[in-house]
Amino acid sequence: MTRHLHIGYFDDERRLLGAARECRDRGIPVVDAISPFPVHGIDEALGIRPSRLPWVTLVGGTAGAVLGLLLQYWTAGVNWPLNVGGKPLDSFPAFVPVAFELTILFAGLSTAGALLLRSRIWPGRGVRRGFETTTDGTHALVLEERDASFESREFRELFLRHGATRSVERAEVIA
Amino acid sequence: MVITAATEPKRAHVAAPVVDVLSDDPTQRPPLMTGENDFTSITDDVCGIAEREATPRAWYIAFAASVTGMTVMFAMLGYLIFNGVGVWGNNQPVAWGWPIVNFVFWVGIGHAGTLISAILFLFRQGWRTSINRFAEAMTIFAVCCAGIFPAVHIGRVWMAYYLFPIPNQMEMWPNFRSPLLWDVFAVSAYALTSLMFWYMGMIPDLATLRDRAKGKVRQIAYGIASMGWTGSARQWHRYEKAYLLLAGLATPLVLSVHSVVSFDFAVSQVPGWHTTIFPPYFVAGAIFSGFAMVVTLMIPARQFFGLKHLVTMKHLEIMCKIILATGMMVGYAYAIEFFIAWYGGNPYERFAFINRAMGPYAWAYWTMATCNVLVPQLFWFKKLRTNLWVMMGVCILVNVGMWFERFVITVISLSRDFLPSSWDYFKPTAVDVLTFAGSFGLFFTLFLLFCRYLPMVAMAEVKTVLPQAHAGHGLHAEEPAR
Repeated sequence: MTRHLHIGYFDDERRLLGAARECRDRGIPVVDAISPFPVHGIDEALGIRPSRLPWVTLVGGTAGAVLGLLLQYWTAGVNWPLNVGGKPLDSFPAFVPVAFELTILFAGLSTAGALLLRSRIWPGRGVRRGFETTTDGTHALVLEERDASFESREFRELFLRHGATRSVERAEVIA
Repeated sequence: MVITAATEPKRAHVAAPVVDVLSDDPTQRPPLMTGENDFTSITDDVCGIAEREATPRAWYIAFAASVTGMTVMFAMLGYLIFNGVGVWGNNQPVAWGWPIVNFVFWVGIGHAGTLISAILFLFRQGWRTSINRFAEAMTIFAVCCAGIFPAVHIGRVWMAYYLFPIPNQMEMWPNFRSPLLWDVFAVSAYALTSLMFWYMGMIPDLATLRDRAKGKVRQIAYGIASMGWTGSARQWHRYEKAYLLLAGLATPLVLSVHSVVSFDFAVSQVPGWHTTIFPPYFVAGAIFSGFAMVVTLMIPARQFFGLKHLVTMKHLEIMCKIILATGMMVGYAYAIEFFIAWYGGNPYERFAFINRAMGPYAWAYWTMATCNVLVPQLFWFKKLRTNLWVMMGVCILVNVGMWFERFVITVISLSRDFLPSSWDYFKPTAVDVLTFAGSFGLFFTLFLLFCRYLPMVAMAEVKTVLPQAHAGHGLHAEEPAR
């Protein structure tokens, strides 16, 4: 199957946003917007739902806290009961610092891990060179032509109306 | 197939009218950067450093010196491992000596990086974008230097894994009620989280370097390092959320780390250590010394790598103000310690403090007090805190003073045991001195490699605070509220 992509390049994020919003309002399918830095408002224009990452952080942090406390209680109080200065075996106040550090560590690691997995980035992953990368100053808006209701010319006009510096048409084979 | 190709407007890199970034006029906020910057010029200026074909001669000279220092340190550590910790000056009653002083010193240095990258991010301080990458790198390298000392100080370094709760055939576990073990967890968690935060922040910039890379080696290296980052809106959306979450996690973490380091002292019964003021006092001191180190490194780096328009005098001035503020917190802690020693009525505590200021180590105490409390007062004067030479001098003295602070706390209290017959005067050996001096070699080696091959300034973040990018915020007003 091939899909027809129309890519508009913008120098200014305002123009990118304008074009993206028009697509949203007119129901033109936006594949992606690619920017060298985070553009405020693009999430909404593209209809990206709020990230569920905070839940991962919460679960990771809770797991760290619970495991941290259990580890300390079990090792110091159950598996090898250790009398330190006559303190009780379940001396939880003394277990707070390590449990706290493990909370942060687990929350942080799970957040970063989830980010890598969900964004599909990991060391050594190549970039699909479907279109030119924009990590300098240019933004790209990638639209898909799904049916004949909207012609190539109209895509081009839409881009130019919003001040695109150029636009590119590309047929992409997807497996 | 290219259908339309309008020529991309090339913005000329012209010198902008001189703006007074140091203006104190509250009605107008001076720009965060000077000169005529646009997205491309930022990319060119920052990537240009890493992409330079020929490595500057000065870099080689500095690198050679640093590697020499690092080699000296590892040679000293090797000598120590073969001969035992007796090659250090540590002995009863001062069993902690320089290694612990150096550990606390280096960990403290790291704190400014996390403060700039996480806490100032939560406070939405736009100026941090020019310096956060740099300061975070400093954090990581300082923590590397810090970790070496306690690891070697345990004596049998090949048994260092005993510090972690690893199941073993003896079914023994570390003592979780000991602050020293809390420290293992605090510093390890800090090192890992800082590394993660630093690296994550660098991924978009590594992608920029990847996309510009000319040589094969560079393409592969930056390609692997940038993890296939494209900069798609979905990636950015998740990335920003993760960055915010990590900043939120790093903030309590950094405050906890030096608090836990202070527990090593405060939880003990030793006069001069057993005080409740230690956690906040240590954290303030850590930020104080860390900022001094950032400024010490930043002044030559911005001159040498041509980043004066991104890291302006204003950035340095703000950091000097933070140094002044935290320096006074430290001064306040010194004063309160003395007050409580008297007011608390504990004769041992009172003796410990009189001994600090008037005993055999008075020279160390007064060096500390002068460098940390008196010298930063120069920053009250705008003329002085905007003079690079004064800044450099003050910041170096602050770091000297902060090393002495840890020396004063660790060594003076221990040298005067409860039993006067055990009293002794601690003398470091040449191995002590060379190991510590060599740790600067390790620090600068890592730092110079960072400056040469990685993006020193967070380009993607700096671009978001450019006036051109701010324009986007105005559009929110046009957009009807949903």
